[in-house]
Amino acid sequence: MKSKTIRRWSFVHTWTSLICTVFLLMLAITGLPLIFHHEIEHLLGDAPEFREMPADTPHLDLQQLVEKAKAHRPGEVVQYFGWDEDEPNGIFTIMAPTPDTEPNSSHTFMLDARTGEALEMPSANGGFMMVMLRLHVDMFAGLPGKLLLAFMGLLFVIAIVSGVVLYLPFMRRLKFATVRQDKSTRLRWLDLHNLIGVVTLVWALTVGVTGVIAACADLIIAAWRNDSLSAMVEPYRNTPPLTQLAPATRLLDIAKEVAPGMEPSFIAFPGTLFSSQHHYGVFMKGSTHLTSHLLTPVLIDASTLEVTAVAERPWYMDVMSLSLPLHFGDYGGRPMQIFWATLDVLTIIVLGSGVYLWLVRRKAAKRATVGTEVAS
Amino acid sequence: MKPRQSSFWKVFGMPVLIAILCAAGLFSALLGDGLWDAVSWLGLGIPSVLAVWGLIPRR
Repeated sequence: MKSKTIRRWSFVHTWTSLICTVFLLMLAITGLPLIFHHEIEHLLGDAPEFREMPADTPHLDLQQLVEKAKAHRPGEVVQYFGWDEDEPNGIFTIMAPTPDTEPNSSHTFMLDARTGEALEMPSANGGFMMVMLRLHVDMFAGLPGKLLLAFMGLLFVIAIVSGVVLYLPFMRRLKFATVRQDKSTRLRWLDLHNLIGVVTLVWALTVGVTGVIAACADLIIAAWRNDSLSAMVEPYRNTPPLTQLAPATRLLDIAKEVAPGMEPSFIAFPGTLFSSQHHYGVFMKGSTHLTSHLLTPVLIDASTLEVTAVAERPWYMDVMSLSLPLHFGDYGGRPMQIFWATLDVLTIIVLGSGVYLWLVRRKAAKRATVGTEVAS
Repeated sequence: MKPRQSSFWKVFGMPVLIAILCAAGLFSALLGDGLWDAVSWLGLGIPSVLAVWGLIPRR
C-alpha cells in the first residue's frame, strides 16, 4: 500500500470514528443493561409474578380477556395482545386512550390468561430500564433521534471497514495478537486497539448493521403499510369507521385455519399501526427455530370475522425481523448473553483506545511542528 | 505481486479464520438449540477470550 493511500484511509478511519464515538459509547453503555433486561426486571421485582395454579387450568377466551383489560383500565382500548414462550400463562397487553396512540404513550402490562388478573410491569412503562431503552433507541427524540443514530451506525460501519484496511500496514511486521508491553503505553494500546478491533470485527459489524436496520423500523413499517396493507384494505376505503368490534373470541382459531402449523405472535386490534381501521391483524410466526422470527399477518374483518387476506411478507419485513435477534443477542441462552456483554465492553475499549491514540498522536504532531519551528 | 499476496495472508489469516467462526456462531443459534447453541458459544467465545487475554498485562 502506498503511503498516500494509507494516509487517505487513515483520514477516513479517524474522522468517521471520532464523529460517531460519543454516540457509540452511549449506545454501548445503555445496551449493556438491556442485554440482561429480563434478569434485571426480576431483580427489581418488576417482573409479573403468576399465582400458583394447577398446570391444566384452562385459559379464558380472548373476548373475556378484552373485557378484563377494559375493566382494569376503564376508558381505554386494547391495542395489542402478545404471546411469549417464557410466560405460557401470560398475555402481554398494550392499552391506550385511542387505537392510534403512539407506542411511547401506551401502557403495557400482562394479563393472567387463566384468571384475567392484571399484572403490572413497571419497567415496561417507566423507570431505569425504560430510560436506558429510550436513550438507546431514539435519545427521547423520536424519529429524528432514530435516524441520527442510524447515521452514526453507518459511520461506525465505515470506521470498521477502514480500520480493517489499516490493519494490514500496521501488522505487516508483527505476528497476530502481538501486544508490545515494554515499549510504550501508546504502542501497547495501539496493538490492543488492533487486536481487539480485528477479533470483534464480525460481531461489531453485525450489531452495527442490524442496529441501523432496527433504527429504520418506523420507515420499514410505513413502507409495509403503503405497499401491502393499503392494497388489501382498498375495498374498505369508503366504509364508515366501526363503532362496534366483533368479539375477539375466535381470532386465533380463524388465523390458524388459514396459517396452519403457525403460532400466534401478536394481535393488533383495529386502528393500530399493524392493522387497518376495519381489521384485526393477527400476526402468526413459524414453528421452526428460524421461521419463529418471521411473521405472517392474517387480516380478519373486524365486523364479519371473515379472513380478508393472508398478507405476504415483503423481503424487507423479513430482513427487519431477522435483524432484531442478531442485534439483541437473546437467541442463544445465558452463555450468549455473557459473550454479548463481553463483546460490548470490548467495543467500549476499542472506542476509548481509539480516542486515546488520536489524542496522543495529535500531541506528538503538535510537538513536532513546534520542534521544527524552534529549529528553523 | 507474489510477496504482497503472502503478506496479506500472513496478516489476515488468523483474523479471517476468527471472522468465519464468529459469523457461523452468530447464525447457528438462529437455527436451533443444543448443538447449534454450542457452536454459537464457540464462535463468540473465541474473540472474547483472545481479546481479554491480550488485555492482561504481562512482562
